[in-house]
Amino acid sequence: MRSEDYQQLVWAHTPKKPLWQGCFGAFVIGGSICVFGEALKELYLYFGMEEKSAAIWESVSLIFLSVLLTGIGVYDKFSRVGGAGTLVPITGFANAMSSPVLEFRVEGMVLGIGPKIFSVAGSVIAYGVAASVLYGLIYFILYQIGVVA
Amino acid sequence: MSLKKIGSGTYRMEHPPVITSSAAVVGRMEKQGPLGAWFSHWHEDEYCGENSFEKAESRMQKEAMKDAFEKAKISEKNLDLVFAGDLLNQCIGSNYSLRDSGVQFFGLYGACSTMVEGLILSAMAIDGGFADRCAAVTSSHFCSSERQYRFPLEYGGFRPQSAQWTVTGAGCAVVEGEGQGIMIRHVCPGAIVDMNITDMANMGAAMAPGAALTLKRFLDDTATTPSDYDLILSGDLGKIGSSLLVELLKTDHIVLGENYADSGCLIFDPASQDVHSGGSGCGCVASVLCGYVLPEMQKGRWDRVLVMGTGALMSPTSIMQGESVPGIAHLVELSV
Repeated sequence: MRSEDYQQLVWAHTPKKPLWQGCFGAFVIGGSICVFGEALKELYLYFGMEEKSAAIWESVSLIFLSVLLTGIGVYDKFSRVGGAGTLVPITGFANAMSSPVLEFRVEGMVLGIGPKIFSVAGSVIAYGVAASVLYGLIYFILYQIGVVA
Repeated sequence: MSLKKIGSGTYRMEHPPVITSSAAVVGRMEKQGPLGAWFSHWHEDEYCGENSFEKAESRMQKEAMKDAFEKAKISEKNLDLVFAGDLLNQCIGSNYSLRDSGVQFFGLYGACSTMVEGLILSAMAIDGGFADRCAAVTSSHFCSSERQYRFPLEYGGFRPQSAQWTVTGAGCAVVEGEGQGIMIRHVCPGAIVDMNITDMANMGAAMAPGAALTLKRFLDDTATTPSDYDLILSGDLGKIGSSLLVELLKTDHIVLGENYADSGCLIFDPASQDVHSGGSGCGCVASVLCGYVLPEMQKGRWDRVLVMGTGALMSPTSIMQGESVPGIAHLVELSV
């Protein structure tokens, strides 16, 4: 059998991703995380925090809870259902940073946790920083030629 | 000139070596699976009382060897050679499980086909007159494999439907020139087949062509058909891979019937255990063979059995470099 024919056979035998089910799970779980975040912010505002501080504390609280849930081994179970819904919010980033810490603590602080902490989120950080530099550069040029104020 | 080779690549044992004892050690999920009743030695704790998953894997290998040697009433000192391997980088699962044994040792890497590779080499060493008593040992551990091949355990990644679940388990089979047990009649080493599957989450598809090649070669060389055997067991093709194997063989006019089963499909219950396409890993065929098939053959359930270990021979590095996944399958014919 030719490789191309085999690829077609494999495609026919491989179950397709349950797209709508995945989308629904991501919408519900991801949406719930955001609603919960908003509720936290409202709570902080209610207790007299300023808008800016409340938003920061909301992020910090979500990161804390995400790391806690990762630590007690629950976060990945949400992800089974939530998929991208748990990946995209700030909680997904916290999970991507904290899960290698748990995993590689056996190899020690210096050879394990230090380098491996970025094993999942490294690309996000590297290209996120690069993108922000590029954005700053474009903004600077546009500012100099007077396009933006 | 080879005296034992028949056809294009099957080897007949002149004085069939005998598997005199075998033992399997598994984890909690395997114990909870459909074959749980056959696994008397299992670990609730995924660390098996050690402080790393790699050490846990070595410990399971050691325990499987201890159980098998006790059943055969031998000690490791009585072994001429041990053929052992696992999935960990540089085969540390086996290197560390055997480091205190003092036994002469060959480390193998055949990915998930290693158990059968070890049986083939044991049988050849014995029938070739080089050894009287050998052991074939392998293991895999879900947690040590995940961290090596995929993501940290607690990372909330999404598993595709075609993904398989690495079996936490170890198996050991003692092969001797003389004795009571299950005979190894023929062996058929595999060749690497690469059909350009690049999806590491679809290893069944990558391995099925290699399995089809080996099984076809064996049936041609021995002039037999699948219905001549009571059981044809493949290693860890999973749901997708085993249905592909059936399809591939159909094109060669070979029909696999009710007597065909895959270890990856037997060891877990797809309805209640979230394993997608089934089990995988060296420990998959090892624990199913050593814990279930060999004891059931002894009881008389099956007389003639073909066991085919299937391996996906990629590494995380080759996958990152965009390479496809080569597959291989080794086969042994067992009989009572």
